[in-house]
Amino acid sequence: MEPLHPPDHIGPATGEPVVRLRSVVALLGGFPALAGADLTVERGDVVLLRGPNGAGKSTVLRVCAGLVPVARGEASVLGVDIVRDRTSVRRRVAMLGHAGFLYDDLTVRENVTFAVRAAGGDVATVAPALERLGVAGRLATTRVASLSAGQRRRTSLAALVARGAELWLLDEPHAGLDEDGRDLIDGVVRGATAAGATVVIASHDTDRATALSTRVLTVAGGMVSAEAVRVP
Amino acid sequence: MFRDASLVAGKDLRIERRSRVTTQQIAPFAVLVLVLFAFALDPDRGVLGRASAGLFWLAVVFCTVLAVQRSAAVEVADKAGEGMRLAGLEPGGVFLGKAMAVAAQLALLEVLLGAGVVVLYGTHLHDPVVLVATAVLATVGLACAGTAYAAVAASLRVGNTLLPLLLLPVLAPVLLAATRAWEAGLAGVSSDAISWLELLAAFAVLYVAVGVVGYGTLQEES
Repeated sequence: MEPLHPPDHIGPATGEPVVRLRSVVALLGGFPALAGADLTVERGDVVLLRGPNGAGKSTVLRVCAGLVPVARGEASVLGVDIVRDRTSVRRRVAMLGHAGFLYDDLTVRENVTFAVRAAGGDVATVAPALERLGVAGRLATTRVASLSAGQRRRTSLAALVARGAELWLLDEPHAGLDEDGRDLIDGVVRGATAAGATVVIASHDTDRATALSTRVLTVAGGMVSAEAVRVP
Repeated sequence: MFRDASLVAGKDLRIERRSRVTTQQIAPFAVLVLVLFAFALDPDRGVLGRASAGLFWLAVVFCTVLAVQRSAAVEVADKAGEGMRLAGLEPGGVFLGKAMAVAAQLALLEVLLGAGVVVLYGTHLHDPVVLVATAVLATVGLACAGTAYAAVAASLRVGNTLLPLLLLPVLAPVLLAATRAWEAGLAGVSSDAISWLELLAAFAVLYVAVGVVGYGTLQEES
């Protein structure tokens, strides 16, 4: 599969890690969803975060995206200190969460075009992204409300592909997809890394996600394990 | 910021055009309110004619609550608003865009309601300049205050039911000033409207500023 269009800037200029969390505490409704998490992700890594429900995998991703504030500890993403400023990094990060960030009353193409324009991207990337994710043609002009869960997932992913980013944060990316869709996700992740992006995946589908990953980390009780399993 | 505002306003208006909530739900509701007022206040006594300005603006305020509630709801579904935050849109631009889209819908509803008070209440529109100036300033104030408070309500678990309680007291000065200015306009005494127009302008400026400066904080808290 061809590499994705390269992001505008690749990684932090100083050669420091793309993600660096040190003793990070993050609170959700007063509850410590992360309780002293440490994580280092180098440029070009594909890191799989695995662990039981409620372990804090999604919160790690949301902290990295600048959506959840860091209550204590040190945290930088793409060279930006997200403890002090967690908004300026967002445009350089692409996130696929449990939600798809889609508007039901807009068509597939309108949703993807809006996402690209909102992120300051080039709308010329929209058509190739729709084609690549299999939501071009008739589907492109279909309202998202009429789509299946898998087609919605593909649309959200098309928005990420069209936007491009330096850091991809994928929360259960294979969920709700058929076998072809899962293969498509794998191809997109490989394309992103080939284009120089870094990827962090939180997944229960460990067989498939492990095959994609360069490192596997375990999250439990709001902590990320220091032990990393190197995948050949 | 204005690029972001234009992008968000275009998106919201496209969603409204597609979903037709304004034309098929809010507009019929607005007309229904006018008709119910006519039932409640006996038209033979001339009460409707004297109260038409207040009834018009009360109906507009009710429509504002529905319009901003809908505007906030489209961002809650599938966490689309979070997608805008992730895209790095300027919060002030998002606020202005959403307020502009609500203002456009309110302007449409005001035209409909204006026709309604003429037809149903027999009101004569004597001074269109005052009436239009009032409508423009009041609409900006209603849309901006409503958009800001809808963001506050969206961050709360019971926000949908709480929004009218939060918003209606805040909109009371607009209701008062717009009603008095329209009464002056309908009576053809435009000089009496000036101080009320000044109050409406101050309210509009205040809530444009509050929204542009504070919307980012409101978004992050939601």
